[in-house]
Amino acid sequence: MKVQAWPLVTILLVGAILFPLYWVAIASLTPEGRLFAQPTLVPDALVLDHYRALFGERDFWTPVRNSLVVAGATTAFCVALGAVCAYALARLRFRGKAAILALVLAVSMFPQISIVSPLYLVLRELRLLNTYPGLVLPYLTFAMPLTIWLLVGFFRQLPPELEEAGLMDGAGRLRTLWDIILPLSWPGIATAAILTFLYSWNEFLFALSFTLGPERHTVPVAITLFRGQYQVPWGQILAAAMVATVPVAALALAAQRRIIAGLTSGAVKG
Amino acid sequence: MASIALQRVSKTFHNGQVAVRDVTLDIADGELLVLLGPSGSGKSTVLRLIAGLEIPTSGRITIDGGDVTRVPPQHRDLAMVFQSYALYPHKSVRENLAFGLRMRHLDAARVAARVNATAAALGIEALLDRRPAQLSGGQRQRVALGRAIVREPRAFLFDEPLSNLDPVLRVATRAELAVLHRRLSATMVYVTHDQEEAMTLGTRIAVMRDGAIEQVAPALEVYHQPANTFVARFVGSPAMNLWTCASSRIEGRVRLASRALSIEIEDTGAAVPDGIGVSVGVRPHDIDMVPHGQGDGAGRIEVVETLGSTTVVHLRVDGSPDELVRVIVPADTPMAADQVTGFRLRRDRLHLFDARTGRRLAGDSVRRP
Repeated sequence: MKVQAWPLVTILLVGAILFPLYWVAIASLTPEGRLFAQPTLVPDALVLDHYRALFGERDFWTPVRNSLVVAGATTAFCVALGAVCAYALARLRFRGKAAILALVLAVSMFPQISIVSPLYLVLRELRLLNTYPGLVLPYLTFAMPLTIWLLVGFFRQLPPELEEAGLMDGAGRLRTLWDIILPLSWPGIATAAILTFLYSWNEFLFALSFTLGPERHTVPVAITLFRGQYQVPWGQILAAAMVATVPVAALALAAQRRIIAGLTSGAVKG
Repeated sequence: MASIALQRVSKTFHNGQVAVRDVTLDIADGELLVLLGPSGSGKSTVLRLIAGLEIPTSGRITIDGGDVTRVPPQHRDLAMVFQSYALYPHKSVRENLAFGLRMRHLDAARVAARVNATAAALGIEALLDRRPAQLSGGQRQRVALGRAIVREPRAFLFDEPLSNLDPVLRVATRAELAVLHRRLSATMVYVTHDQEEAMTLGTRIAVMRDGAIEQVAPALEVYHQPANTFVARFVGSPAMNLWTCASSRIEGRVRLASRALSIEIEDTGAAVPDGIGVSVGVRPHDIDMVPHGQGDGAGRIEVVETLGSTTVVHLRVDGSPDELVRVIVPADTPMAADQVTGFRLRRDRLHLFDARTGRRLAGDSVRRP
């Protein structure tokens, strides 16, 4: 492909990615009556009816809160535990390291649908159905492997002398991890956190299976259950989709600022 | 300050590579011991074993008589200066210096006082609020040094700390290190592959090869009485000339002959056992140039290196064209390439080694300088 073609390709790609978002945003602001009228790129009337209905007529705050709690807790546990595991796998010497790494990856390879039933039974026995831990724990099993693999790669890149300097300075392993490794691994940790948050924010199957009532439904489940027997409130669904997308997009943008390349420059000569 | 002892320490890595073989070493309180050797000789591993960053496969390490073989590095109270400096890139210079003190739970006022005092002693006060990335190589080196000094550790470990500096700065910093050692009268273990650094800094030098110590002795002794041909070749620049000679006794004299040269020395009996091969060594400045036909051998001048104060001449020797003999002559000696000349070894400066084992011949007949 010629060099001149790249800008055009880029524009097309970005357009293809952004257009559905734009369409959802516009549609969520279009009055119900005009949703099925002749579509136009530039809307002639914008209303907040759907958003008002979302938080007024329905209690959409509850699923948003549920999703925030579940995704937030999953992310926090995942990064905290994953970082320690990854550090051990990246730096400590012990037998079976490669096997553990492979096993960790294998766990995340299971199709979710295949373990919904067994997990349901386990969670029922543990009386964790319809609770936050009942979602956070299964999410962790799927999100941790990715985090561990990501952070192992990241930690291995850091010059080992930095940790050795920390040890010589009298800091133990955990202290070195906390004071030296983690601050230098911000890009990796931010990436892991974003991916975990996205995964648990968008997860549908477990959330549908392990929650029993609207008081524990997460955003994706709640949106699905908007459909009534006789009507589909498209406007509200699209408005809910916007509400579900905005916090994630904001988080991704905020964390992206922290992902600064070359954070370790100046540590060692190079 | 502390004394450090290694007793029959060996280290085999997980991949089967033997890095350190049966090393026994006593480092006295206040001594600056240099571990000198080519890359891969195990000198850095010995340092890391002392630091606790590696655990020996066998043997014992003691500090002030206390067994620390399995004590993790953070409890040994030693400070290390890394070749790469390993400054914490996300911390300011001040925080870099303070980190080790904070880890030892010193109160903030004392931390600040010691950081400031150390920074003043090293002349890095102006840099305290900068990050390592904003420093030059020499400045980083000083900060790394400061991070070690501020701790007032039991001993200092240096892993080729000057090798990333440019030559001028390296010589200057080397002198500062010597001053520092005298001022602190601290125990220091210093790893380098630079024999000049080793000679100028070391109270004693331990020369290492293939994980084993070949010789431990004061710097001048290593230079003047190398224990074997490896040490003889490795210490001193340009390297010592060595020839493998056949020895024979004739009327109370010993004749040592190779393809390159033939010399006779007085036989004092024990010095040269009968019938063995002898490696004859002589340092480049212990050879005199003489007219062709005289002297112990002859050759054609291949390269003339003028160093200013002296000139190094490389001779391609008659009878042994693969061999170059290095000779240091005064700078004002007229020398030109392709000139044919004779050379003569100073008899009182010969080093004799057993050609099979490479060991220095005990009680050699040669008068020591």
